[in-house]
Amino acid sequence: MKVGIPCEISPNELRVAATPKTIKRLQKQGFEVFIQRNAGNKANFSDKDFEEAGAKLVDTAAEIYGLSDIVLKVKEPAVEEVALMREGLVLLSYLWPAQNQELLKVLADKKVNAVAMDAIPRISRAQKMDVLSSMANIAGYRSVIEASFYFGRFLNGQITAAGKVEPAKVLVIGAGVAGLAAIGAANSLGAIVRAFDTRKEVAEQIQSMGASFLTVEIEEDGATSSGYSKEMSKEFIEAEMKLFLEQAAEVDIIITTAQIPGRSAPKLILDYHVAAMKPGSVIVDLAASTGGNCVLTKNGEVHTTENGVVIVGKLNLLPNQASQLYGNNLCHLLDDMGKAENFNINMEDAIVSRAMVTHNGNINWPPAPLPVSATPKPAEKPVLEDPKIKEERIAKKQATAMIFRLLIIGAFLGLIGQFAPADFVQHFTVFVLAVFIGWQVIWNVSHSLHTPLMAVTNAISGIIVVGGLIQLGNLVDPLANLPITILATIAILVASINIVGGFVVTHRMLKMFKK
Amino acid sequence: MITDKIQIAAYLFASILFIYSLGGLSSQESAKRGVMYGIVGMIIAMLATVLGPKMQQGAYVYIIASVSVASFIGLALARKVEMTSMPQLVAILHSFVGLAAVLVGFGSYLEETGKTPDMTEEGHVKHVIHLVEVYLGVFIGAITFTGSIIAWAKLQEKIKIGNKVFWFRTKPLLYPGRHAVNIILVLICIVMGVLFTLTEDANLAMIYLLSMTAIASFIGVMLVMAIGGADMPVVVSMLNSYSGWAASAAGFMLGNDLLIVTGALVGSSGAILSIIMCEAMNRSFFSVIFGGFGNAPSGGPAKEIEGEVTAVNHEEVATLLKDAKSVVIVPGYGMAVAKAQYPIYEMVQTLRKEGKNVRFAIHPVAGRLPGHMNVLLAEANVPYDIVLEMDEINDDMPNTDVVMVIGANDVVNPGAQDDPSSPIYGMPVIEAWKAEHVIVMKRSMSAGYAGVENPLFYKSNTDMLYGDAKVSVEKILGFLKD
Repeated sequence: MKVGIPCEISPNELRVAATPKTIKRLQKQGFEVFIQRNAGNKANFSDKDFEEAGAKLVDTAAEIYGLSDIVLKVKEPAVEEVALMREGLVLLSYLWPAQNQELLKVLADKKVNAVAMDAIPRISRAQKMDVLSSMANIAGYRSVIEASFYFGRFLNGQITAAGKVEPAKVLVIGAGVAGLAAIGAANSLGAIVRAFDTRKEVAEQIQSMGASFLTVEIEEDGATSSGYSKEMSKEFIEAEMKLFLEQAAEVDIIITTAQIPGRSAPKLILDYHVAAMKPGSVIVDLAASTGGNCVLTKNGEVHTTENGVVIVGKLNLLPNQASQLYGNNLCHLLDDMGKAENFNINMEDAIVSRAMVTHNGNINWPPAPLPVSATPKPAEKPVLEDPKIKEERIAKKQATAMIFRLLIIGAFLGLIGQFAPADFVQHFTVFVLAVFIGWQVIWNVSHSLHTPLMAVTNAISGIIVVGGLIQLGNLVDPLANLPITILATIAILVASINIVGGFVVTHRMLKMFKK
Repeated sequence: MITDKIQIAAYLFASILFIYSLGGLSSQESAKRGVMYGIVGMIIAMLATVLGPKMQQGAYVYIIASVSVASFIGLALARKVEMTSMPQLVAILHSFVGLAAVLVGFGSYLEETGKTPDMTEEGHVKHVIHLVEVYLGVFIGAITFTGSIIAWAKLQEKIKIGNKVFWFRTKPLLYPGRHAVNIILVLICIVMGVLFTLTEDANLAMIYLLSMTAIASFIGVMLVMAIGGADMPVVVSMLNSYSGWAASAAGFMLGNDLLIVTGALVGSSGAILSIIMCEAMNRSFFSVIFGGFGNAPSGGPAKEIEGEVTAVNHEEVATLLKDAKSVVIVPGYGMAVAKAQYPIYEMVQTLRKEGKNVRFAIHPVAGRLPGHMNVLLAEANVPYDIVLEMDEINDDMPNTDVVMVIGANDVVNPGAQDDPSSPIYGMPVIEAWKAEHVIVMKRSMSAGYAGVENPLFYKSNTDMLYGDAKVSVEKILGFLKD
């Protein structure tokens, strides 16, 4: 089977759908690889590199589309590109099917089998093909680098001979892959990082990356079953805006990553937020291409507001690195589709059936929903509803059980008092109290000392030696009562072994514990 | 010679010392003092008894002889034992207490029958109660005795006599209807107990007592035989508890409060340990005591394990460790067997010198005894502030670069969290798989003591390093020092 990689014709698209490394991988999978001349130029891959990796160079895009069974692309094809495609071609590319209904129609008319790499479902098995994640990772990292470039200070705090430097405070809005990557990068540069997300479930992930989780005091969870967040209620948004205002006055850098699939980005940073920020602060808007999270963002531009806030609406997405990761994602998908030998389009497959947006002339969009969220939310709700009532119920239950138990114990003790002789009752009292003392004392024993505890109790339980001693001592003439003498002597013997052995071994063990 | 009252006061003092002794174990610093309290308490108790008013002169010879022989044996045993065979020693010492309880019980019975019977109403009640005490004491003692011997054998695994090596069965012995058999045996014991207290015939009573001893011994054997290896810590602490109750029972028959108090202390201590162990394994106490492993799974087909096992060599592990900032070591019984704690600590020191954060994560049931791993690490001089419990370290796992699992298996099994069909489902485990890299050092691909397949080995971030733990660690150490 032949795989072709044309040049990206959009001037803004710096990436390429294959790199020398992924070409080697494709060949290992059994594909024959053709690449258009200069395809990798913008991502710093030369034709020579591709040739050395085993790809065959082709001069025009028309040739690529003509001879390939599978075409790998980055940006969604333009109409003139689609015109070059032939029936039955498999296209792997970004397509943004929700926004590009027209394009889907054209592709379907051409009977091109197009896979939208951006529509790969977010399930565990598909993680290695998830281009949104791999690209978001780069964007998140780059956003911090970009912010630090425009920010006129260190990100980390330092105390130097020349004076103290305060660490920068970074607010990351949206803790998806990009947000988390931004948190990680900012954190490792030494900034104080906090992050906001409408989904409560990501709090842990945020904290794990080293940021503190900001939240509003309204009980609403933005998690949806698709793994993305949903739009929130009015009250929530008001509270959110208030929080952002407080934060805007305090932080030095804001990185926004909030996007809703198939829609324009939510407006989170309004003009009064920007106005509240200190001069020299930086906003990096990763949602610039879908309208921006900040109202003042200009897509593809970096500009400074009147009060001196730099708003970054364009990002260099590290085309070399990005191409490598994107290429790997493509390789993984082809791997999953059976490599060259068994390549087939399996519409039963959970991944292919959702990402293959046009198949045999039919448009397959939107796909069937596929829930992936880690926590099944609805089941949790009723439990949360009445913790107080539940507590009361449990307390009541415990109280009745306790009364019941005490009654039984009382009855039992009464029975003993009725029938048993006085000295037994006295011994029994001692016994019960001793059990209680033991119970209290032992719970305090440190976990790491359980083995010594066992050895010490072992030695102490050798106290049974006293039994033997008493029996032996009661005999006026040991030889006359030979059975008792023998029994008692052996008892003393084994119990003493226990005492000596137990104490010595405990001592040995404890000697080893040191700080 | 001291008076009765002074003897009682001395006993009380000894009891207090014992309580302090156990209380001292709440921290490492006070633990050594605790042992001293225990020793002093024991000496006072023995002296008070020997010097007591009722003591006859003729007994001294026997007492001195047996105590000195015993001290010699005890010292030799305790000095010689290696820390890795601690569980065995503890088990065999339990059996001694059980045996002593049986002997004291029989002695007490013989003593009672030697006296002229008290024919009053109260005298009769006293007599019956005493018989019950004897019967109960012997019963518990016998179970402790044989149960501990079996536990010892299971832990020892093999024994060498001359040139021959005998292997003990370590797998649980489970036969259908064993619960019914055990219950019937206990019922028989109860019936014989009633007959024992009622009969006037001394010979017949002796027969009852002896046959009960035999049956109880048998129950002890079967009870421990049925228990799986992974449950050994619970069994050892349970037997510890029994040995206490046996001592307590002896106290009742002799009317001695010191024995009662001490026995109760030990008994509750063992019981608490058993509970802690059971909680650590998410098992109910009864299912451990009455069954082998394998009756726990809650249904559903076993989850299929995805992925494949990848192996690494020592040099690669050393490189990984060199690049890591944070390393967590999860030791298990395999480390104890290989006696790898010394080279491991040397490796830890090497890594720590380079500024890496190296810590140990101990699962509550790692090893064959409660706290077993702590003792072994302490033996190798590992400072205890880098030895953390499972709960303390689990949260740090995602930030850990390398986790080295050394001879542990079930305690790092992710199946316990995500596979409801796993027999260990629900047991809290060390979440090793959350770390960047997991190195599992193991002798082979065989399953752990619980006999459960471990999906951790198949994870993509897990690599296996086969071979004896000690040899492997030494090799890694070699590469690290280069």
